[in-house]
Amino acid sequence: MFQVRIHGRGGQGVVTAAEMLSVAAFDEGRHAQAFPSFGSERMGAPVVAFCRISDREIRLREPIMEPDAIIIQDPTLLHQVDVFAGLKQDGYILINTNKTFDQLGLGDMIRDWRQERLCTVPAMELALKHVGRPVPNVPLLGGFAAIAGVLKIESVIKAISERFSGKVAAGNIAAASEAYAIVIAEMEAARRKENQHA
Amino acid sequence: MSFQPVKFYQTGTFTVGNRLLPPEERSVQASAKRYNSINSGHRACQGCGEALGARYAIDAAMEAADGQIIAANATGCLEVFSTPYPETSWQIPWIHSLFGNTAAVATGVAAALKVKRQKGQGGDVRVVAQGGDGGTTDIGFGCLSGMFERNDDVLYICYDNGGYMNTGVQRSSATPPAARTATTMAVGPEPGNVFGQGKFVPAIAMAHDIPYVATATVADLRDLEAKVRRAMEIRGARYIHILVPCPLGWGTASHDTIRMARLAKETGIFPVFEAEHGEIKSVLTIRRPLPVEEYLRPQKRYAHLFGKNPAVETIAHIQALADRNIRKYRLEARQGSH
Amino acid sequence: MLKQTEGSRAVAEAVALCRPEVICAYPISPQTHIVEALGEMVKDGSLAPCEFINVESEFAAMSVAIGASAAGARSYTATASQGLLYMAEAVYNASGLGLPIVMTVANRSIGAPINIWNDHSDALSQRDSGWLQLFAETNQEALDLHIQAFRLAEELSLPVMVCMDGFILTHAYERVDMPTQAQVDAYLPTYEPRQVLDPADPVSIGAMVGPEAFMEVRYLAHAKQLQALERIPAFAAEFRQIFGRDSGGLTHTYRTEDAETIIVAMGSVLGTIKDVVDEMREEGHRIGVLGITLFRPFPIARVREGLQGAKRVVVLEKSMAIGLGGILSTNVRMALSGLHMHGYTVIAGLGGRAITKKSLHGLFREAGQDALESVTFLDLDWNMVNKQLEREKAHRRSGPVAENLLRDVGVVAARNY
Ligand SMILES: Cc1ncc(C[n+]2csc(CCOP(=O)(O)OP(=O)(O)O)c2C)c(N)n1
Ligand code: SF4
Ligand SMILES: [Mg+2]
Repeated sequence: MFQVRIHGRGGQGVVTAAEMLSVAAFDEGRHAQAFPSFGSERMGAPVVAFCRISDREIRLREPIMEPDAIIIQDPTLLHQVDVFAGLKQDGYILINTNKTFDQLGLGDMIRDWRQERLCTVPAMELALKHVGRPVPNVPLLGGFAAIAGVLKIESVIKAISERFSGKVAAGNIAAASEAYAIVIAEMEAARRKENQHA
Repeated sequence: MSFQPVKFYQTGTFTVGNRLLPPEERSVQASAKRYNSINSGHRACQGCGEALGARYAIDAAMEAADGQIIAANATGCLEVFSTPYPETSWQIPWIHSLFGNTAAVATGVAAALKVKRQKGQGGDVRVVAQGGDGGTTDIGFGCLSGMFERNDDVLYICYDNGGYMNTGVQRSSATPPAARTATTMAVGPEPGNVFGQGKFVPAIAMAHDIPYVATATVADLRDLEAKVRRAMEIRGARYIHILVPCPLGWGTASHDTIRMARLAKETGIFPVFEAEHGEIKSVLTIRRPLPVEEYLRPQKRYAHLFGKNPAVETIAHIQALADRNIRKYRLEARQGSH
Repeated sequence: MLKQTEGSRAVAEAVALCRPEVICAYPISPQTHIVEALGEMVKDGSLAPCEFINVESEFAAMSVAIGASAAGARSYTATASQGLLYMAEAVYNASGLGLPIVMTVANRSIGAPINIWNDHSDALSQRDSGWLQLFAETNQEALDLHIQAFRLAEELSLPVMVCMDGFILTHAYERVDMPTQAQVDAYLPTYEPRQVLDPADPVSIGAMVGPEAFMEVRYLAHAKQLQALERIPAFAAEFRQIFGRDSGGLTHTYRTEDAETIIVAMGSVLGTIKDVVDEMREEGHRIGVLGITLFRPFPIARVREGLQGAKRVVVLEKSMAIGLGGILSTNVRMALSGLHMHGYTVIAGLGGRAITKKSLHGLFREAGQDALESVTFLDLDWNMVNKQLEREKAHRRSGPVAENLLRDVGVVAARNY
């Protein structure tokens, strides 16, 4: 079972992101369970959503306390919420930012991490560019398809077109695809660097 | 004809906090010693009209009552965003019991205070009840009407954002016609909320002949403060209905809250007036009524009226309702008067 | 058809397939998504003919459903928590009148302190109201139980409450198999009321009953529930025939053959419990589960049969009889009277506290060694409790309990996910 936790703020489509991940997994014939953090938070407040993906029926109903991957939709949360709580050793981290992990002040934390599991993508900019709205959730799903290898980008695109239609769908698909390409390139670079060191 | 002295400083309703005005004309919020009854740090959305309205209303009541206020609060956004336990924004005694019984809870508080006063315990503590439109015009309406009818010594303030916002924007009986909510979706032959008969609770409050009824918006905050002050001079059941735009539920920009409230008034959609014992005593006039379209267009809850095929008839219907308000409440400023 | 969707949406679609004629509802979390979806279907004409009424309170919601049902319409509403309490007077009235209303309860705790999260306090507060009460384990079951509920309600002329865990199920996106209209039509005949307000054949519904007959009317309500107990397995079997899967019925057992320890529970937590049971079985523990689908009428004989081979029974419930212990466990004990075995009550997950696999492992191990208290509060923070008790001893004006406790834990810990 692969478990994802998504952190963001109310209004950024955190719950939608988790739901779409589950739909993408479903489209691949797998079992998936997405659920929100059940708060009564308003726009702007920190919120969390979860997604489990498995090849078997998912019966577990506890919140995801030890995720395999964390998606952070809003980097300002890094200093407010313990977003990395319980993240498995060498778990995947995907942050919406145009900064590096060092610039975000996370240098110490990730020193010994496998570098290709640490990714950033300027999802907000991609959303503005392709969709015209500052909603980073969908491009991040494209990025997620690249990092963990749990889902194919095609499934993410399919989930997008099931959720949206017309221009919004096209824009989101473009944004997700670009995010996917960016993250693939980032991981390649990280792997090359690691090989050089080895 | 006497000339007005030229004022070399900014005045008017737009400048609520102007400390250059003579003290008696200043807004309560202009004072460095304002009460901050609902303190900053609460969790309302950016640009929440309800938070703004509550801040002005309760501080004005506090000032009028010399800080001697107990507030009862219905379930709803205001209650939820102001008390993310263990934090609370309230600097005043405040009770939340249920969604539909706030007027009755306030009546109980007032009764207890009265007995205490008779026993020589406690001073002149005043009671304010507050709730959203849902908590007031729907579920709490029975208790509200009972409180009016008994003329209990309570000032009830309704923050009307036109829907059940706290539970995710569903329709209430204060939701305006054609507005989209989660339970009146913009689908089918008559998208959005129905054109019912309307349920304008200020008029129903007036029908109880209670000593004081007023409406206000967060666009005219000095007017709002003045009405709260006036209400606090009176004993018995009093009712103030404040229009408070909700960026989330209306689909408007956070920075447009005050503009939307002003447009509601300037189009005649929301009449702003004051009544005593069932009779209208004053109105905020409109100099040049604006077409309702200016109010409707910026709001996503009305987006279905403006697509490729604008819903001309629906818009005209809403215009007719606004025009009727202008006639009924005599909102249009007559030429030459101010 | 298989699809990935939200629990609330799935239930709304299933209800729509049952062709309800009057739907009335008043919003309350976590019920909202269900009635919003139905409202949209009625408005866009995909669910027709049907009246969707936005009422002004839950009390009005149930009252509208009562009127509609008495006038012969298939009626549906949904609520939770405070809303269920707010309609309580009408809830008793609906069953007293024998009106086959179906209501979803998106289970949520009851305040004060106000809390929007899941437990079973709301539904269980109405356990003696005369309604049938079904509890869903998954969204698939929630969907299926609604279809069965209309059938049950109308055949027995009794109202049925379908309980599903708020947020945990209502807001979870997962796979469900949505039946076709033809399947539902084959299972659910058109509503043929036992009593109806009809000018052609006037009846009085709801007349006063004095001491001479009130006991008998009440007894008949009980007798009807006992009839339901007999007929429900048949309804479930028929459901299986048409829809091809097991849903509903009285109870479900999981790995109970040769089990020394059996855990009894209701609702979505059964999934987590089964995962733990599988892991413990692998380590050689003889442990199993009895899930209760039907809480009212309570299937006493079936529960006794399912548990009698065990050495100990642990009832894990998301509810509490304050001043006594458990509610579910009191019912289970009645089924076990005269049998010699250890019985434990575990109160867990109140107000949305997560019930984790880790805690369950610890709990079940302790139970296996008979080291549990007879009433245990899972993951209770005794420090917090004792601090408050001391505070109350020390100060007369110790202040509001909820505020004190949250100050003790601090803001950060109070934010949960
Ligand atoms: C008896 C009962 N029914 C339903 C609810 C759920 N509920 C809580 S707040 C709310 C909506 C509040 O709307 P309104 O009074 O207009 O205030 P707003 O949030 O819009 O400020 C609802 C439906 C409840 N708490 N109690
Ligand atoms: S939803 Fe509306 S009323 Fe509620 S806090 Fe946000 S802006 Fe204010
Ligand atoms: Mg409201």
